[in-house]
Amino acid sequence: MTSLIILVIAAILLGGITLWKQRSPAQLREIPAFTKLAHALGLSIEDGKRLHISLGRGSLLYARGGSAFAGLALLRNIAERTSVSDMPSVASAGDPALGLLTQDTLQAGYQAAGVDELYVPTSGRVTGLTPFSYAAGAMHIAQDENVSTNIVIGHVGAEVGLLTESSDRNNVNLIGASDDLAGQSILYANTQDPLIGEELFAAGAYLNSDATHAASLTVQDIFRWVIILVILGGATAKFVGVI
Amino acid sequence: MRILTAIIAIAVGFLVLLGYFFPQAAPLQILLLDWAIILAGAAALVGFFNIAIVHLDKIGHRDRNAVYSAILVIGLFATFIFGIILKPQHPYMQAFALNGIIVPVEASLMGLLAVSLLYAAVRLLRRRADLMGIIFIVTAGIIFLGSATLPFGDVPFVGTLLRPWITQVWALGGARGILIGVALGTLTTGLRVLFGADRPYGGK
Repeated sequence: MTSLIILVIAAILLGGITLWKQRSPAQLREIPAFTKLAHALGLSIEDGKRLHISLGRGSLLYARGGSAFAGLALLRNIAERTSVSDMPSVASAGDPALGLLTQDTLQAGYQAAGVDELYVPTSGRVTGLTPFSYAAGAMHIAQDENVSTNIVIGHVGAEVGLLTESSDRNNVNLIGASDDLAGQSILYANTQDPLIGEELFAAGAYLNSDATHAASLTVQDIFRWVIILVILGGATAKFVGVI
Repeated sequence: MRILTAIIAIAVGFLVLLGYFFPQAAPLQILLLDWAIILAGAAALVGFFNIAIVHLDKIGHRDRNAVYSAILVIGLFATFIFGIILKPQHPYMQAFALNGIIVPVEASLMGLLAVSLLYAAVRLLRRRADLMGIIFIVTAGIIFLGSATLPFGDVPFVGTLLRPWITQVWALGGARGILIGVALGTLTTGLRVLFGADRPYGGK
């Protein structure tokens, strides 16, 4: 029942803060990786190069699907912005259901930009169904298809090392975030501006300036402070012998 | 049509969620999840054709590295056809496709990854020579030294005291902090999808 209460409180907070954020836009701290991503979006169109968005292999049937949804929100935004480019973005996934949603999201981005006819179904791809086959398939996109920036966002583990290595070898920028600890540590060592932990879920708010995404960040902050206070309170109570 | 899609998706999402909290909704939740698993299986078939079309397209356009695409397509169709005829559990399929190709190739990629990670660790200081980069390298060095199997056993102090202290106190605390952040992000992302603010099933 505790989890239901937490869920209801989170839902009420999200709804309330969204209404509030619609009236007063959010002031977000600068995250260098998202600043770089915004630049990469503009430069890719000018340079005639494409972006490759890799959404990992988070199955939507499990909790890892959360990071996949965050990646899809980012993909939707990028697809809309780059759809009119000579070299439109390509997206890859390591899970078949996520691959289908990738294609649908790309198409939705094209429709929103009013260029539905330019959409190519093969721009959304399933590159493999095991961790390494997915990475091996995705790393060749940067190599073969005139990519300026690789954006890895979603559930990726140690196999992301192959993608970072490929990006580095081909002088392709890499922006990466994973909900997996092994993937995060590898991205930390291999990227100029790493995204850590929940920053993965902030991509929508930074690129979209949408009230719901900004409200999500505030709800996360509120819950984080509550958790910090509970941990500190529990440790203090244990220390003085109350519990 | 898009409104109908959104209504169905949100309703199904709420019904599945209710199944976790109210036992009365559990049978419906199980039914819906069974449907989702069947659809995910069908999506695997779509994924198969997606891989085939992308690589056939590359072969057709004689793209750079099209020869690799040709090898992939041959392997893909051979595995698919023999998998249907013999069934995946057949000893020949296990010996040839699984133990003969998939396992050794993935193991060699893992080996390649180990080398590339070592190289990345060396380059880290060149890429980001800040305090966190130095802490990262020093910590990784201590963990390697403390975990290595050496002829004379554990390195005194490093293997017995320093490594366990770093992994079980600092690293575990940091990992929990990161995972709490990821869990909070997943919670709010899930709520956005549930309320229809994010619609990964198409439409604006």
